[in-house]
Amino acid sequence: MAKLLEAKKLSAFYGATQVLFDIDFAIEAGQITTILGANGAGKTTTLRALCQVVRTTGSLAFNAGAGEVQLVGKATENVVRLGVAHVPDGRGTFTALSVEDNLKLGAYVRGDRAEVAHDIEKAYTRFPRLAERRHQQAGTLSGGEQQMLAISRALMLRPKLLLLDEPSFGLAPLIVAEIFRIMRSINVEDGVSMLLVEQNANLALDLAHHAYLLETGTVALSGPSENIKNDESVRRAYLGY
Amino acid sequence: MEALLHQVFSGLANGIIYGSVALALVMIYQATHHINFAQGEMATFSTFIAWALIQAGWPYWGAFFFTVAVSFLGGLLVQRIVLRPIEKAPVLTNVIVFIGLLLIFNAMSGMLFDHTIKAFDSPFPKDSALASKYFSAHQLGSAGVLLVVLAGLFAFFKYTSVGLAMRAAAQNPDSAKLVGIRVSWMLGLGWGLAAAIGAVAGMMVAHVVFLDPNMMAGILLYGFAGALLGGIDNPIGAVIGGLVVGVLENLLGAYVIGTELKLTVALVLIVGTLTLRPDGLFGKKVVTRV
Repeated sequence: MAKLLEAKKLSAFYGATQVLFDIDFAIEAGQITTILGANGAGKTTTLRALCQVVRTTGSLAFNAGAGEVQLVGKATENVVRLGVAHVPDGRGTFTALSVEDNLKLGAYVRGDRAEVAHDIEKAYTRFPRLAERRHQQAGTLSGGEQQMLAISRALMLRPKLLLLDEPSFGLAPLIVAEIFRIMRSINVEDGVSMLLVEQNANLALDLAHHAYLLETGTVALSGPSENIKNDESVRRAYLGY
Repeated sequence: MEALLHQVFSGLANGIIYGSVALALVMIYQATHHINFAQGEMATFSTFIAWALIQAGWPYWGAFFFTVAVSFLGGLLVQRIVLRPIEKAPVLTNVIVFIGLLLIFNAMSGMLFDHTIKAFDSPFPKDSALASKYFSAHQLGSAGVLLVVLAGLFAFFKYTSVGLAMRAAAQNPDSAKLVGIRVSWMLGLGWGLAAAIGAVAGMMVAHVVFLDPNMMAGILLYGFAGALLGGIDNPIGAVIGGLVVGVLENLLGAYVIGTELKLTVALVLIVGTLTLRPDGLFGKKVVTRV
């Protein structure tokens, strides 16, 4: 299977502090890959490194079918333009703008206006609650609705790769179940590849095809989700359940 | 009564100018959270360009639109060249640069166009059916021009995708980058727009106060008072604030404190707003969910 993204010797820094240490990983096209690990392991930083929001060294080879592109050293805006959409931790919605304006902004780099309108309607079909609140300020939405908005906004890019940072964080279990069900359908029906960072390992392993376990900025182990899920020693050592 | 009305109306006429300066300040504040102290001197310099063109025989409106375009480009360039390198620098660095810009533009006005006071034409006819004993044709015309500018800005921010992107970039630059907005260019655009608005204000006020390199110094203070009073992050509030300052200044000047102390009104308003109601009359308190 084709690799959508391949990271080699990827390191990331906040100022002088190194957070990722020469990690290697790959994302297969069409699959959901998850990164698990304890607090401070470098999960969020890995996503930020992909978007070039933090200083990085090493290689990030991205190939969405139109030839290989090196992401390291690119401006964030240009990584986005290649089709990498990021749902950051804290969701990153534009709180003072309406739900609809948030969705329009998600498609900011696209030129096809008619198609954008179609995609906005699609987002409303996917999350009917957003349709009810389309003219409401995003900041007044509940946490679950904001997460739905953040995911919908990212999808407005028609991304090749969707980066999700703890989509279950702080949400009620029922809402989490709904959001994960929709994430699966986005992957299966729309063929969007995903890189998912999660605290809830069980949930993430159920959804993902492949998993990486990070430990203090290095890859401790990786493999198909099934294997990791069923390996009791791994579960005890790294996932704590 | 007659005299009172006259004071109110001429206050409104001044207020319109203060409102447009306030608007220019708010434009940059919204995008960068800085107050551009050089706004007034940049506007004066723009007005000198228009004056030179008119002296060279250009028709008024030709010079007007050319100056607005040049000012827009100038504002954009100032941001790209001078301010971009210090985008992440502390506030004080920016303040120093603003003061530097103020001195540079002031000196350039004096050097290129000398310090003599110059008359500036009004594009509006002296006698007009619309003009009355309360409003001169120029005051009415300036009001019309400012309303057109306001309507244009409103439409730009509300209905265009670049306008929406500018709002997004101002509000949450990190997220704006994540949807592909070139945030730094949005700041440049904000500077360009502010310089263009300032140029319009300068060309409108120059007919009233006459043109010299320090023309905008006092007006910037009134504009600043208006912007603060209206809420520094609210464009409509800025214009209303400017109008209120204009009327207050005129009424207090005529009936209470005398014309010599007029500028004090602006200073008192600035200090008063900042201590009693820092968000201004129409500014919104930013509330975020935890």
